[in-house]
Amino acid sequence: MVSAMEIYQLLPQAACKECGYVSCMALAVALLSREKKLEDCPSLFDPKYADKLNKLKELLAPLEQASETGLIIHDEKCFGCANCVVACPVNVANDPTGSAIGLGPKSDKVILVIENGVVRCLNPNECRRFGPNRILCNACTATCPSKAIEFV
Amino acid sequence: MAVCTGCSLLCEDIEVALKTGAIEKAKNLCRKGQGHFQALFSDRTVPSVEGGETSLDQAIEKAANILMNAKDPLLYGWSNSSLEAQKVGIELAKKLEAKIDDTSSFCQGQLLERVLKGELPSCTLDDVRNFADVSVFWGADPSNSHPRHLSRFSYYPRGSKRQKGYEEERNCVVIDVRKSSTAKLCSDYFRIPPGGDAEFAEAIIAILDGKMPRFGDKKRMIGLASIFKKADFGAIFPGLGLVYSLVQKMEIFENLVARLNDVSNYKVVPMVGHYNMRGFNELMLDETGYINQISFKNGVHHGSENSVTMAAKSSDACLVVGSDPLSALPFVIARSLAKSQLVVIDPRRSLTTDAAKVVIPSAMSGLESGGKAVRMDGVRISFEPIFESNLLSDEEILTRIMEAI
Ligand code: SF4
Ligand code: SF4
Ligand code: SF4
Repeated sequence: MVSAMEIYQLLPQAACKECGYVSCMALAVALLSREKKLEDCPSLFDPKYADKLNKLKELLAPLEQASETGLIIHDEKCFGCANCVVACPVNVANDPTGSAIGLGPKSDKVILVIENGVVRCLNPNECRRFGPNRILCNACTATCPSKAIEFV
Repeated sequence: MAVCTGCSLLCEDIEVALKTGAIEKAKNLCRKGQGHFQALFSDRTVPSVEGGETSLDQAIEKAANILMNAKDPLLYGWSNSSLEAQKVGIELAKKLEAKIDDTSSFCQGQLLERVLKGELPSCTLDDVRNFADVSVFWGADPSNSHPRHLSRFSYYPRGSKRQKGYEEERNCVVIDVRKSSTAKLCSDYFRIPPGGDAEFAEAIIAILDGKMPRFGDKKRMIGLASIFKKADFGAIFPGLGLVYSLVQKMEIFENLVARLNDVSNYKVVPMVGHYNMRGFNELMLDETGYINQISFKNGVHHGSENSVTMAAKSSDACLVVGSDPLSALPFVIARSLAKSQLVVIDPRRSLTTDAAKVVIPSAMSGLESGGKAVRMDGVRISFEPIFESNLLSDEEILTRIMEAI
């Protein structure tokens, strides 16, 4: 997955502070967490950085498909094993007679479900990574045998 | 709710919505199960005799003819058929005084026989979910072969005595020659060299006996033995990797299980692949005292000469039900099978149907026909058809062949 360092290396590295941050590295981190956009860095649109800008656009494209929580699903890698569905603490709490005990979800308050052989994210706003009090839960990514889900 | 017959977990919580000629939406089916359901819509067989399409009646008549006139027929397959079809199959074998065998004879047969005869302690997968705190996958990679095994039973779900998360209350151990998908998830992975299973088992036995292990990293091996000792309830899931490696030395594994049961409580559930292989083996055990490799010629005889690998060479006709031995078996055996008078009952095209004298299309069980099957842990599961179809089930086809004979 993309790292802040990779983004940083493609930024102008001029520390002009026009984006509001003291360093380009800080902007790189903000870009990664999608708090800022490339447009927030005016220097980048100087024609001499055209190459870097294009590369950055490519690099950041996958982040745009991420849900509000930064969840990205790679359908082609998913086994549909439901490990993530069963391990997700929100699924467990909201669905004690379904996903908590290994069965298909019986509640519509679950986040992860399996449809057509692959995982789907239904209620991203229920996820522990959502909102101002978010915590870095990784129960779903840690139980995935194929890196089919990740957070950016 | 539908039942998936994609593997021997027989998941019962499947929801499917259909539109003509396709699945609109399926819930809870893993990718393997999805593929199994999708298979319904491609490569279906048609009744044929010697390569030419015929009516179903003609194909059945020809099949009966071939089997009736054969001197030494072999009836093979069975692990993808319902219990009802398997019963008729065994009756047919008796009537023809034929040899009968299934995929277990080069698969999990050796272990399953010990489980069915009570020589290895076993339990249900529901017990595993409710009570197990140690799960051991040995030469098995359920993430690929039985995708929902870990999530439904053996690692991630909450159970009556396992209310906390898997990190706190369960250990998952993988012993394998390669770092499989399951090995990446487990809490302890032990890599062994190919064929090293016996030594690994002996090393654990040695530690349990208070000796030093002569295999692997001593510290890690001792650590593993202590996980084994501390367990309340351990479940061992042997896969084909273990079976093929131990072949004639299965008693080493039996000894290990016995020793583990001296210090704690251990059960064995072999990782049966096809959805109803265990069903066939149970029926055969009731009927003959053996789980496979039987000849009904002048009584009941058991022995490897009746196994598909041996009988393929000697039999002059072979009935294959729901199986594709021509792609699964070694070339020499496949060639002899292809040369015999081959009658195949199968819902889908395969190498075996392509080589067959007679092909009889059947309904896909679990999808187009109902029945009962035995899950890998011995639990019987009933299923209803979920698609309408006018194809005959294996059971109906076999009954008609029987009547014609
Ligand atoms: S991050 Fe945690 S709460 Fe969010 S979907 Fe994954 S497991 Fe569930
Ligand atoms: S995302 Fe990973 S854990 Fe979840 S169903 Fe797919 S393969 Fe399994
Ligand atoms: S685990 Fe096996 S039975 Fe369950 S849905 Fe997947 S293929 Fe079907």
